[in-house]
Amino acid sequence: MWLTRPFRERSTRLFLGILLAALGLVTLLNLALPEGHPLHVSTYTVTLLGKYLSYALLAVAVDLVWGYLGILSLGHGAFFALGGYAMGMYLMRQIGDRGVYGDPVLPDFMVFLDWQSLPWYWHGFDMAAIAFLMVLLAPGLLALVFGFLAFRSRVTGVYLSIITQAMTFALMLAFFRNEMGFGGNNGLTDFRELLGFDLRSDATRLGLFLATGIALALGYVLCRAIVASKLGRVSVACRDAEARTRFLGYRVERVQLFVFVVSAMLAGVAGALYVPQVGIINPSEFSPIFSIEVVLWVALGGRATLYGAVIGALLVNYAKTVFTGVMPDAWLFALGGLFVLVTVFLPRGVAGLFAYRRRPAEDTQPTAKEASA
Amino acid sequence: MNFLASLADRERVFDFLVPAASPVDVRHGPILYLEDVTVSFDGFRAIDGLDLTIDDGELRCIIGPNGAGKTTMMDIITGKTRPDTGSVWFGSRHDLLTMNEPEIASLGIGRKFQKPTVFEALSVFENLELAMAADKRILPTLTARMSGEIRERIEEVLATIGLTELQSRPAGILSHGQKQWLEIGMLLMQRPRLLLVDEPVAGMTEQEMERTAELLTGLAGKGKQSVVVVEHDMGFVRSIARTVTVLHQGRVLAEGSMDQVANDPKVIEVYLGAEEEVA
Repeated sequence: MWLTRPFRERSTRLFLGILLAALGLVTLLNLALPEGHPLHVSTYTVTLLGKYLSYALLAVAVDLVWGYLGILSLGHGAFFALGGYAMGMYLMRQIGDRGVYGDPVLPDFMVFLDWQSLPWYWHGFDMAAIAFLMVLLAPGLLALVFGFLAFRSRVTGVYLSIITQAMTFALMLAFFRNEMGFGGNNGLTDFRELLGFDLRSDATRLGLFLATGIALALGYVLCRAIVASKLGRVSVACRDAEARTRFLGYRVERVQLFVFVVSAMLAGVAGALYVPQVGIINPSEFSPIFSIEVVLWVALGGRATLYGAVIGALLVNYAKTVFTGVMPDAWLFALGGLFVLVTVFLPRGVAGLFAYRRRPAEDTQPTAKEASA
Repeated sequence: MNFLASLADRERVFDFLVPAASPVDVRHGPILYLEDVTVSFDGFRAIDGLDLTIDDGELRCIIGPNGAGKTTMMDIITGKTRPDTGSVWFGSRHDLLTMNEPEIASLGIGRKFQKPTVFEALSVFENLELAMAADKRILPTLTARMSGEIRERIEEVLATIGLTELQSRPAGILSHGQKQWLEIGMLLMQRPRLLLVDEPVAGMTEQEMERTAELLTGLAGKGKQSVVVVEHDMGFVRSIARTVTVLHQGRVLAEGSMDQVANDPKVIEVYLGAEEEVA
């Protein structure tokens, strides 16, 4: 089975081991130690870590298309935000008549805008199954249409990066409009319950953190399985010599489309897990700057390793939290400085430190022996 | 009415039902047939009324000075460039002008580029694996497994091209000559009917050239591959060629055995004379 192939790799087992141990440790320190104990992890921190983990999943999705397919997407924030909005819509419908205006069906912002009925695309979002399906479908469909048009016309390189930027920017402007029916610039917020669990309770917050960690583990295994398959090697071939791959008889545009859609769906899941933890989704998630920042995480962590993306996302976001607490104005300078330092001294990112003896590309594939097993 | 009757005819096989990748029909002799092909780039006629026939199992050398249209001809056969006029047939069933690059490749036309392009980040073994004739759609590729049969086939080709020891090294570390070998190996993995080889010995040592000659002559044969070699090196062409075609300014200048061609005054004038003097 191609999906179980990653479990045979030492690096994957190591990654999963560390991730699961960290999840367990945080849970233990949160539940077992009393508040005030120096090692106690507060629920606030747990939620913060959960947010980092959802960012890490987004970074893995970006690394899949950038590291292994050579497509530098500067618009992955759009897929993240769409997944987030799908989850937000579900959470809005869960509020029911407990909103400020007490309307049993309409979310508060619709009542405020004096809307009489629910727009058609809000129907069904009161059901978790449909909403969760949309978490995958909305980003997946956007990626399918966008990718189909772009890859069919053989748009690659810088041009593709620019139009992904344009895509997320256009979506941001659209979602800012009140008439779109997604809450305009305030977005969706004031969530109360997820699947009947109170979002403000400590147990739910811990549960969300664990769910995000498990989603990251599964997403990582899925990406690793793709990368370790023959299709993964074809992706690397497309990345390095697109025309040559075409002459071998592979439909390069379909390979690109498949991987791009999978990546967009993963980004959507990341967004859906992000929203209940931060408690709000608004159009700023579509902002081009955010998408560029995600690419920076991956570059800092180490491209084409997957675990590097996770390391980069966690490190940069932790640094961001610390910096914006101590001196908020200096953060962008620090990020820029960090990027320069890593580019100069660690051209293969932080992950390059661990794998300095191997070439990054050798990482992308099993040896002949493993492949035959 | 005729149309309706034809629809009702139970014996009729509609065109769209005939599988596109049906085997190449070489009963009439030629495996590749170019007729009156013309291509211009911004008014410059790179190919000008070219006629060329390659028989099944033939090893053909194509020579010609720079700008004679050799590479453009390869581009047309593989679907990279569309000619302005003319027709290109693979066997007597497949009109190559109606097909795109992957379709032509899967039909059994393999091409070795002038500059060796291998996938440098992948190992030698994996380069051959990707080149192998297989179901190249997305899901079969995703779930593909390495069977013993495939492994044997890859190892067989590794032995042929002499890279068995380097199989798990990234292709990026190979020398120029070894990359050329790997490319030929990748072509062999595709089990092509027709091999287009662009300057196979450029930058090779004398010894490597000899092995390449052996390899290419061993490949061509009835029921096996037909091989078309484009080459500048006259010594190499002389060592392998049975039939030589001389291109000049986008058309065939002369065709025949190496001796015939070498004694053709037109050829001596445009190409060989200058070449021999240098040599």
